[in-house]
Amino acid sequence: MANMNTWQQFFYYMTTNGSYVLSQFTRHFLISIYGVLIAAVIGIPIGLFIARNRKLSSTIIGIANVIQTIPSLAMLSIIMLGLGLGVNTVIVTVFLYSLLPIIKNTYTGMVSVDPTVIDSAKGMGMTSFQRLYMVEVPLSMSVIMAGIRNALVVAIGITAIGAFVGAGGLGDIIIRGTNATNGGAIILAGALPTALMAIIADLVLGFVQRRLEPKESSH
Amino acid sequence: MTTEQKPGPIVQYQDVNKVYRGGNVAVEHITLTIDQGDFVCLIGTSGSGKTTTMRMINRMLEPTGGTILFKGQDIHKQDPVALRRHIGYVIQNIGLMPHMTLYENITLVPKLLKWPEEKRRAKAEELIKMVDLPVDYLDRYPAELSGGQQQRIGVIRALAANQDLILMDEPFGALDPITRESLQDLVKNLQQKLGKTVVFVTHDMDEALKLATKIVVMDGGHIIQTATPTELLQHPATPFVRELIGEERLIQARADVTTVGAIMLKNPVSITPGKSLVEAIQLMRDRRVDTLLVVDDNGYLKGFIDIESLTRQYAKSTAVADIMQKKLFYVQESALLRDSVDRILKRGLKYVPVVDQDNKLKGIVTRAALVDMVYDTIWGDNADHDAQAPATDAEPQAGGDQNG
Repeated sequence: MANMNTWQQFFYYMTTNGSYVLSQFTRHFLISIYGVLIAAVIGIPIGLFIARNRKLSSTIIGIANVIQTIPSLAMLSIIMLGLGLGVNTVIVTVFLYSLLPIIKNTYTGMVSVDPTVIDSAKGMGMTSFQRLYMVEVPLSMSVIMAGIRNALVVAIGITAIGAFVGAGGLGDIIIRGTNATNGGAIILAGALPTALMAIIADLVLGFVQRRLEPKESSH
Repeated sequence: MTTEQKPGPIVQYQDVNKVYRGGNVAVEHITLTIDQGDFVCLIGTSGSGKTTTMRMINRMLEPTGGTILFKGQDIHKQDPVALRRHIGYVIQNIGLMPHMTLYENITLVPKLLKWPEEKRRAKAEELIKMVDLPVDYLDRYPAELSGGQQQRIGVIRALAANQDLILMDEPFGALDPITRESLQDLVKNLQQKLGKTVVFVTHDMDEALKLATKIVVMDGGHIIQTATPTELLQHPATPFVRELIGEERLIQARADVTTVGAIMLKNPVSITPGKSLVEAIQLMRDRRVDTLLVVDDNGYLKGFIDIESLTRQYAKSTAVADIMQKKLFYVQESALLRDSVDRILKRGLKYVPVVDQDNKLKGIVTRAALVDMVYDTIWGDNADHDAQAPATDAEPQAGGDQNG
């Protein structure tokens, strides 16, 4: 082992512990996804709601902004006080961090729908709910998706820290590497898949987002 | 269901007010009846309340006072959503759904009304052919079309559910003049062909004059005048209306709407057939004319005598009746100048007698008056104010009252 350079060690680690890395990769990914999905399920309706009730928007977005300013390690620790060690603490943290981009983007997407389109939708006799699901949501979908994409990339980073509260994931491998003497290769085995996951998530959701973009008017 | 109904009021405003929160009065005391098949143009400057007036029909805005009836029923007691599905709506910025194909856009209201798919497809194809766009455009998205094509779709979208009433809020304001003109023709055509009622908001007087059967001039939240385009040009009710129409348009339109009676000189020199030739000569000398129109005691036009025949026959005859020439070109007082001016000028007559329906002599139109008219039309108002003034002044008395 000692006669190999870091990269050789890295590949050696990956070949021998491939299934372990993969299982941590999956765990990491799922923790991030769960947090973001829950945030989406709660944040998108909040965003739609404040877009219809604009007076509330500054308050709600303000609260989400405050949450965002808390350092992630501090947030994890605070939530750990309530929920104890484990996966749930990380998922809640991810959820809280994902709220802001999702609420904010949903709100922005909704208010930036061309008011003349909404006016004509209303004038043609659409109910408020029909306007929402047939016009406003489809037209703001790409902006909402951008929020989710943003949230997921951040979530993958936070989940890595979540290893400190015993949630597992690729962060576990990184911590193991920092504790070992000459653990550079082990750190890489945790860090590179994390980075890869973030990049792939970004690319995939970016693609989805572009597909959802309404066709721009030519004039 | 659509066209067979006999004409009658489709929309009635009864003393409608709209006051915005904060006490901003948008419109006040609007009382207006729109009949089936009318093409009503609401015209005024911005802030005149024309759009507010229109948008109250489909309850996009709620009046704060008064009643609006749609087909005889108070719209306030109807479900706004159901009401709007029966009223077409076209707005200035087109408002097509950018994420829907043209087919989906056109058939949106039919879909809301739960028409079956085949019926919607047939309707969309029928409508898109009406505006000269190929049927395969139905699968395209609005962004793939030019602005003019998009608004064509906007117009037929408002017809898709067989709406009887179409509201249009400056629909062609953002289009270039050529496209605008072709769309105006299209809308006018469709409206007449399908017997729709249109309420059309515009600030463009040319557009209003071209399209409307009834023009409603608004200012400061009030209706200033309601008239047909012809009436409006003939009798603008206030200086504001005159200004809105524009002096130039009034002058240009004058030949189209002015009657012969409006520009004729009244009190023509005339004589009765029983008078002697001596008297005729005396009259000619006094009034410095070379012809006399002959009317009977009741004022009916009989003929004329001129100075030449008078001198030739002075020795042989004694009474005016003997030398009177009965062949005479005259025009009706109520005839439009547009139709008469050509004939008058071509004959090279110095003047033409004007009669009413009963053939009673009313006045004369001189060549000079016509020439003034033509100059005005070509060079506009400032060329000569004095020539125009008497003609305009005479308008209400001569053209308006004596006709009937």
